[in-house]
Amino acid sequence: MAHEAIEKNVGLMAVLIIVVISLGGLAQIVPLMFRATMVEPAEGVEVYSPVRLAGRDIYVREGCYNCHSQMVRPFRSETERYGHYSVAGEFVFDRPFQWGSKRTGPDLARVGEKYSDDWHRLHMMDPRAVVPDSNMPAYPWLAENMVDPEQIQHHMRALKRLGDPYSDDDIEAAFDELVGVTELEALIAYLQGMGTEWTGQDQTTSMAGGSE
Amino acid sequence: MSNFWHWYIIIITVGTLVATIWFLLWTSRLRIPSTKEEDGSETTGHVWDEDLRELNNPLPRWWLGLFWITIVFSILYLVLYPGLGRYEGVLGWSQSEQYEQEMAQARAAFEQRFGHFDDLSLSELADDPQAVQMGRNLYAHNCSTCHGSDARGARGYPNLTDDHWIWGGNPSQIEHSVVQGRQAAMPPWGDALGEDGVTRTAVYVQKLAGKPVDETMATAGRQNYMQFCASCHGAEGKGNPALGAPDLTTGVYTYGGDLDTLRATIRNGRNGVMPAQNDLIGETRARLAAAYILSLKENGSGTGAQAAE
Repeated sequence: MAHEAIEKNVGLMAVLIIVVISLGGLAQIVPLMFRATMVEPAEGVEVYSPVRLAGRDIYVREGCYNCHSQMVRPFRSETERYGHYSVAGEFVFDRPFQWGSKRTGPDLARVGEKYSDDWHRLHMMDPRAVVPDSNMPAYPWLAENMVDPEQIQHHMRALKRLGDPYSDDDIEAAFDELVGVTELEALIAYLQGMGTEWTGQDQTTSMAGGSE
Repeated sequence: MSNFWHWYIIIITVGTLVATIWFLLWTSRLRIPSTKEEDGSETTGHVWDEDLRELNNPLPRWWLGLFWITIVFSILYLVLYPGLGRYEGVLGWSQSEQYEQEMAQARAAFEQRFGHFDDLSLSELADDPQAVQMGRNLYAHNCSTCHGSDARGARGYPNLTDDHWIWGGNPSQIEHSVVQGRQAAMPPWGDALGEDGVTRTAVYVQKLAGKPVDETMATAGRQNYMQFCASCHGAEGKGNPALGAPDLTTGVYTYGGDLDTLRATIRNGRNGVMPAQNDLIGETRARLAAAYILSLKENGSGTGAQAAE
């Protein structure tokens, strides 16, 4: 009997379970991997500069994604506050993406150029200095720690292997760009670039499932 | 979406649905031989560990019903909404269209409530209680991050409730500051002045504000001041709103008036930025926020304190 055969053969049951639970992903995720709007950068979106890449590593290390999302959803309540909704082509150089899932603090997908560098510096050293009722922790050590240029070069090489368009010259030049840069400066550079390259200028790439 | 992926999605989705229906029918028909026990329960005849019997009770009907309900729901959903490849669904719904509708509705409502404010001058707006109330809300959402919820500013961010206006305090100047933004440009003088020159000039700047200082230092600093600073801040240190050069005689400072801060300011320069609100919240809203700021000025600090409540 078929039922008995499956029940008594763990290997067969495992294979059948995998087949069943992969159906959803096969229909929903796999086709997206072959769509241009998902895998090609939106107009204006460039690969991270070494300093911004270093800042991004700090963002990940400090766990900013625990409290900040990077994904403006297509609702008026969000676009009025944060700016144009996010599109897939903005995240092609994000490995891994920092969409997050919780907003204890505000969304940061378009925080770039919203405040001045000085504001960010004050805010990172002591958030209460500029936002009295903020509950964000201070990150004063970022101003003392220096970015490790070699580590970022390794990171760039790894990203290049994954297909990001860094040239050998870029990676070579990154060392000089990163010497003497504090973690705070790198993080601010990263924040100031966020969401500024694509802001809705190219409407054909808008919305993930637009008609083609 | 290419034909291949169109059909790929349809075949997987519909195939899964059909397979689920078949599976439900198949399991509900399939019977295994069962034995009636003495206590009336049906068992499959399987016995483990001497006395553990496997019962053959049917699933509750409501439970089975849930399976059929999910299938009916899926079919209805796939007919009404986009889900099968390129098929757009009977309702023709799309996420972007829903968003556009939401925005269009909001724009219409906004026009109705805010549209007439565009015809009023900033001074008129500042006298209109409704406009000021709206401006106050807009201020709280967009400006208080830097200038504080009581509009008294913070280090690096000017106090908006006092009489000192770096870029000028008349209505058109305030409107320009808020709507178009401002970019201060004080260059770094550290290289030109040297460390001693920086200190001398800082001492003279303190003297301008009437602080008791070392006169020898101040006299020496005055020469540096006249050479490097007077072109923007004026020979008497009265400042120049057109350039955003603050009045240095008032003792009111954006970044601080102690000697170390003044030295840092002169050495490294200051480039404060007021972002153009026109790009962020639109002109109508930006003007309302500006009207609120103007109202703070016209009504003295009373309204400012009230706003903090």
